[in-house]
Amino acid sequence: MENRPSIQIGSAVASPNETRDALHAGYAEKVSIRDVCFYYGQSIALKNISLPLYEKQTTAFIGPSGCGKSTLLRILNRMYDLYPGQRATGEVLLDGENILSPTIDLNLLRYRIGMVFQKPTPFPMSIYDNIAFGIRLYEKVPKSEMDGRVEDALKRTALWDEVKNKVNSSGLGLSGGQQQRLCIARTIAVRPKVILLDEPTSALDPISTAKIEELIYQLKADYSIAIVTHNMQQAARVADFTAFMYLGELVEFGATDMLFTKPKQTKTEEYITGRFG
Amino acid sequence: MSAVVQDSKLYARRKRRNAAAMVLSYIAAGLGFIALFWILGTLVVKGIGGLSFETFTAMTPPPGESGGLLNAIYGSAIQTLMAALVGTPIGILAGTFMAEYGRGTKTATVVRFINDVLLSAPSIVIGLFVYELMVRPMGHFSAWAGSVALAILVIPVVVRTTEDMLLLVPNTLREAASSLGASRWRVINKVCYRAALSGLVTGALLAVARISGETAPLLFTSLNNQFWSTDMNQPMANLPVVIFQFAMSPYQDWQKLAWVGALIITTTVLALNILARSLSSPRSQQG
Amino acid sequence: MELAAQSGTVAPSILRKNSLIDSLMHGLTRSAALLVLLLLGGVIGVLIHGSIPAFEKFGFGFFTTEKWNPVTEIFGAAAPIYGTIVTSIIAMVIGVPISIGIAIFMTELCPRSLKRTLGTGIELLAGIPSIIYGLWGLFVLAPLLQQYVQPALISAAEGIPWLESLFTGPPYGIGVLTAALILSIMVLPYITSVTRDVFETVPPMLKESAYGLGATTWEVVWKVVIPYTRTGIVGGVMLGLGRALGETMAVTFVIGNAHRIATSLIAPGTTISATIANEFTEADGEMYTSALISLGLILFMITFVVLAAARLMLLRLQMKENR
Repeated sequence: MENRPSIQIGSAVASPNETRDALHAGYAEKVSIRDVCFYYGQSIALKNISLPLYEKQTTAFIGPSGCGKSTLLRILNRMYDLYPGQRATGEVLLDGENILSPTIDLNLLRYRIGMVFQKPTPFPMSIYDNIAFGIRLYEKVPKSEMDGRVEDALKRTALWDEVKNKVNSSGLGLSGGQQQRLCIARTIAVRPKVILLDEPTSALDPISTAKIEELIYQLKADYSIAIVTHNMQQAARVADFTAFMYLGELVEFGATDMLFTKPKQTKTEEYITGRFG
Repeated sequence: MSAVVQDSKLYARRKRRNAAAMVLSYIAAGLGFIALFWILGTLVVKGIGGLSFETFTAMTPPPGESGGLLNAIYGSAIQTLMAALVGTPIGILAGTFMAEYGRGTKTATVVRFINDVLLSAPSIVIGLFVYELMVRPMGHFSAWAGSVALAILVIPVVVRTTEDMLLLVPNTLREAASSLGASRWRVINKVCYRAALSGLVTGALLAVARISGETAPLLFTSLNNQFWSTDMNQPMANLPVVIFQFAMSPYQDWQKLAWVGALIITTTVLALNILARSLSSPRSQQG
Repeated sequence: MELAAQSGTVAPSILRKNSLIDSLMHGLTRSAALLVLLLLGGVIGVLIHGSIPAFEKFGFGFFTTEKWNPVTEIFGAAAPIYGTIVTSIIAMVIGVPISIGIAIFMTELCPRSLKRTLGTGIELLAGIPSIIYGLWGLFVLAPLLQQYVQPALISAAEGIPWLESLFTGPPYGIGVLTAALILSIMVLPYITSVTRDVFETVPPMLKESAYGLGATTWEVVWKVVIPYTRTGIVGGVMLGLGRALGETMAVTFVIGNAHRIATSLIAPGTTISATIANEFTEADGEMYTSALISLGLILFMITFVVLAAARLMLLRLQMKENR
């Protein structure tokens, strides 16, 4: 991670929640979501959500459709701000700084928090330019270094061998799984602090899905990751911590193996055993 | 098992009605296509009949003499070009506002309605407007006035296609670019415009195709000029008005030239349309 | 702005430049959009301003007076308004059924190989400048009507009380009927291509389930396709009507430019756009010009009302369907 531009990793902020500290001692809180509510116009979509995202850990958000898990994810980089009428209250601390504050620079915030979407979203440009796009936004990088950054991003997503001879052809020509890995490569190329994955494999076949999951596992070494998934097995496979949400509320949050084996709430148990949802 | 009793009379009637309707639709199609191809056929026959080298080298002649259409072709080209140069950027910017910065706002809704009104406004009314706005204060007809009138026809077409094409760009693409930290304009400029590029070009081409055949707004803006003129401040010849004047005249030579001019315009318009379509075909969407 | 401050070398200059460009472009696109409003406002304002003298002099009588005399400066808009509306209505009466017929032919009857060619052809025809239709009308259709069709119509209608008055007088070739015919041909491509497009949006499964019940092609079209695409068809017809009302060149060539309201359809007449096109450059005197601009204003209002009515109708239909 040499040449990392400027952005320092702040010190972890102590959680106010004593029991949680006891439970997950030893993990630093990268993002702290505190008492967050979310509104679409008049209707409330999230009610008083509080949970931490730990540094260099993967946290999964699970729950039935419409439970608000994607909404919660989109609060973390304030994607909702693109649409009028949507607003969030409460606090979301990234390295101790409240990102819901109106004075925050949204573009810079999003630069530091990467996001990958349900469906692959390659830009209508070459594979190379897709990855260089984000880097060029905030860095002036000489051509040789840019080549290195692009290659590095493609290698880390295991795409390099597949596309090294055609990096100048359109990103739209790749298969669905390759496109999604390209999007992840594009996201990590700007070296964000946190990566948000919104059902990143829901449009992919099982083999591509396995590759992405493998990738997520490797990325954990450097990034804090939040993943929304409707697939409980996937959550169990990739996540260290899991949050179960239902009807806009956080029902239970805990270490993944605990939550899946010894859920504390009956609602959680019903959901993970497939009794509803 | 003969539980179902078929009413054969009813079925026969239905079949008859079906046959009658189908025959009528064949006749309608036949009539329509005959009329349209008759028009095109006449145009080609009469147009090619009068076409000669002189058409592109000589000026429009005085009555009773033969000549060409050089000044009119030049005038049409330059006025159309100017109109496109003025109208297209304005249209694209306005369309961008409606689909991007101002999406969902009241302003965008109002502008969309007003734009539709402008789009359906008779072109001759636009001609009157520009006459009152430019020709009357300046005291004379001019090619600039003609270009402005045409530009006003270009704007609503481009606004409409720009907005439509940008709205077709999936929102996730915008979100993806934003999530990398790109500013709104960066997202529009580098991602949305690129994704909608073929559509935007198609819109501009269709607008140019539309104005290159427009006659009515030029009748009292750029008027006509029998001679070679490159002065945009003076009246300037243009194909549609020349066709109109020559066709309505009693002179054989003039009428012949009118057909030639009509053929030139139609060919141009069709070529522009075909170009626009080939750009927006699914194959070229890739990459 | 702690976030920005934190980001050291990245931050200040790039961030400032980005937000500056962004707000600049926001403002620029917004002004372009407002220019569209301004344009329409300008058109209406200028037309109203220009028509004040005529309306002051003639008042409401301007709409009802048939007389149009530049020498005595007595002007009335009744004849052109009448001509505009009558030619457009006849054009629609002829053009709409034919267009829908062609659309049915193209979606249900014609061989697959021909489908695309015809579809593209129709759309290309919609782009042909209207002056071509006018030219053809003047040199081909009008002589034909004069020599064969009109004499036949006149003799056929003779003695039939109501029809007789519609087809009477000398066969000039040019006139209201000719203009209406040209218009009906001109609107064919518009209405057909819209209708065909919306016909294509009917899900094949919907049609197949009707066929599966034993419906004939006509029944599928009449009971499934047309109800499903009603709003689209209305939109297409309104598009055609708008074109017909405002059309200048296709009409000017063949209408005859006579300021009178004749019951006979084969008599020369005029429309608003034809009057303006024919007379505006030669109009001398303030009152003459003002009368012509008033005509322009009226035409603009008519097309606006048609557009608004179409919108309202579509809205109503949609609301009914949503219920």
